Amino acid sequence: MDQPTWVVDREILLDLARDLRDGRETRFDLLLDLCGVDYPDRPEEDGGRFDAVYHLYSIPRAERLRLKVPLSESDPALPSLIPVWKAANWFEREAYEMFGLRFDGHPNLRRLLTHEAFKGYPLRKDYDAARRWILTEDQMYRPHPEPEESVEDEMFERMTINFGPSHPAMHGTFRVVATLDGEVITASEVEIGYLHRCFEKMSETHTWQQVIPYTDRLNYCSSFINNVAYCRTVERMLGVEVPPKAVWARTILSEFSRIMDHCVCNGSTLVDAGALTNFWYMFQPREEIYGLLESCFGARLTVAGCRIGGLLADLPPDFIERSRRIMEMIPPFVADVERLITKNRIWMDRSIGVSAISGEEAVNWGWTGPCLRASGVGYDVRRAHPYDLYDTVDWEVPVLSGGDIYDRYRVRMLEIEQSVRIIRQLLDRGMPEGPYIVDDPHVALPPKEKAYNEMESMIYHFKLIMDGIQVPAGERYLMSEGANGELGFYVISEGGGKPYRIKVRPPCFPIFSTFSRLIDGGSVSDMIVTLGGLNVIAGELER
Amino acid sequence: MLGKSWMTTRFAKLEEWAQRNSFWPLPFGTACCAIEFMSTVSSHYDMSRFGYEVVRFSPRQSDLLIVAGTITDKMGPVLKRIYDQMPDPKWVVSMGACACSGGFYRAYHVMQGIDEIIPVDVYVPGCPPTPEGLLYGILQLKEKIQRDRDAKGRTKSEERADDNVAVPA
Repeated sequence: MDQPTWVVDREILLDLARDLRDGRETRFDLLLDLCGVDYPDRPEEDGGRFDAVYHLYSIPRAERLRLKVPLSESDPALPSLIPVWKAANWFEREAYEMFGLRFDGHPNLRRLLTHEAFKGYPLRKDYDAARRWILTEDQMYRPHPEPEESVEDEMFERMTINFGPSHPAMHGTFRVVATLDGEVITASEVEIGYLHRCFEKMSETHTWQQVIPYTDRLNYCSSFINNVAYCRTVERMLGVEVPPKAVWARTILSEFSRIMDHCVCNGSTLVDAGALTNFWYMFQPREEIYGLLESCFGARLTVAGCRIGGLLADLPPDFIERSRRIMEMIPPFVADVERLITKNRIWMDRSIGVSAISGEEAVNWGWTGPCLRASGVGYDVRRAHPYDLYDTVDWEVPVLSGGDIYDRYRVRMLEIEQSVRIIRQLLDRGMPEGPYIVDDPHVALPPKEKAYNEMESMIYHFKLIMDGIQVPAGERYLMSEGANGELGFYVISEGGGKPYRIKVRPPCFPIFSTFSRLIDGGSVSDMIVTLGGLNVIAGELER
Repeated sequence: MLGKSWMTTRFAKLEEWAQRNSFWPLPFGTACCAIEFMSTVSSHYDMSRFGYEVVRFSPRQSDLLIVAGTITDKMGPVLKRIYDQMPDPKWVVSMGACACSGGFYRAYHVMQGIDEIIPVDVYVPGCPPTPEGLLYGILQLKEKIQRDRDAKGRTKSEERADDNVAVPA
């Protein structure tokens, strides 16, 4: 079993959660994930149709715990955990709309990802994956945020403004409705779901290998990290040992992807703040990394470079040389931006102290990754639970304490430096010899010449294409450090060629659920920069 | 003396020439394709070489809608509204598999191609298309504007110019 699992009765859930969070021996301060699972054939006496699954993590103890609450179809109600972890808010809304679980005490149990004309619970097993509902304009939800304390002032009129979803500063898919008092936002409401592409339902209707291209499109600014995170999870379930060459390449290309992601985030944040030059500077090294990925896997953005058991293809012969050339190019670009921005008065005035959050509060909201490290909590999966080659190289976890936009920007700049450091050390070691994918015909396709010339290989090839990899029954949660924080895959297999359930733990989902808390009381221009600094990627947020 | 029709035709030709060489694109970017759109307008691929750099985020100021990314059913009414707000003449480029057909998301919340709700002039395949692919698609549109004629053999601009002449009379 991958981590301790407790089956909990719903009556004691709230008290237990509070004890787990506050207990000296437990200190589970982070609610990582909450999801539903549907077992249509499970009888009432075994718990009923649904499971609500909570994943907890204790940052000080580096321990994990899974809670399962069985629920019957006739009464799928359980207490809301918002009083214990604020992160539960959006997760509960999602479980409500996807499975119909009812969370008693939730202040706003409304659909989150799907639209207003939607009927039914799409992630239930009896829901047809392609069944659509059409939304018309007059059915669209119209948020109207009301400030808690209304100030009686006859001189001014309160104004409600809609931003997005088609608004350049809202990055195309987010919608914020804010009530203003002059320049100050007194209340706001965030609406998401404009890019809900049904990743989880799609993964249930495809084979294990076919899920890989879907993972690309979660955080599409650093696709390769998603590939690695997913493949590692399935490999762990299969008990497959990945060859050293693939591990080496995965580590290097993940760090390249991280650099790219941070370049996009900082570049576009600075554009939103009016500093356009840096956008061009930050996008140039990214273009070079795209070239490298294209030479390895044939695609620039959505690479699908991993396969279960290794890589898609062998690395090109000039891989090390080309990577070294990019390593020479990145630091000058980063240094240029540092010189332009880090001590820039306008940028400092716009970002220091803006939308600040303390480490403790951020953890309660479920934050991980660079944004959390900017608030003084040094949790990094690569350091706390090393995987691939991260424990064999020398690097540091940059931690700053301001918790504001400025420190989020600087943490990312420092992480680019650390990623460069990691890549340099690995390149110096040289490329390990050997195969790029595991030599196991139950997992990896046999080479083409064998498939054409040997009967046995041809049969394996046929079986893998038609039936897919057979993953033994079981469940597993495995985490990686995505560019935005802890990227987890919770995978359930019932045996067979398709996943029974895959739940992504998307790092920017809990971060963005904090958005109203961050922008209320600030000005509209602060809101724009805050959104950029959080690096919310719609594909990952809404899946 | 210059005939009235001669003058209008020439002006329409001039207008059409200007239109196809200086699109003002509105990027309706929602997902991965939007990242490749950014690459297309950035320094390396530099769409301004063709005169298409005036990227406008207001539909009232643009004549080319580039739909870059998956359009979900929740986004549908928004896209329709944006399209309706653009002044005529206007063109639509559907960038990427999702916008063209829903792509590999045959799913409960994804529109199976934006031509369910708005007319499309050029479909650019790919997931996402490379910047070269998008540039090629827009250049195809440029040719299309020159080529496209109605039943009377008029281009879109000429048709509009004729209509304008008819109004004061």
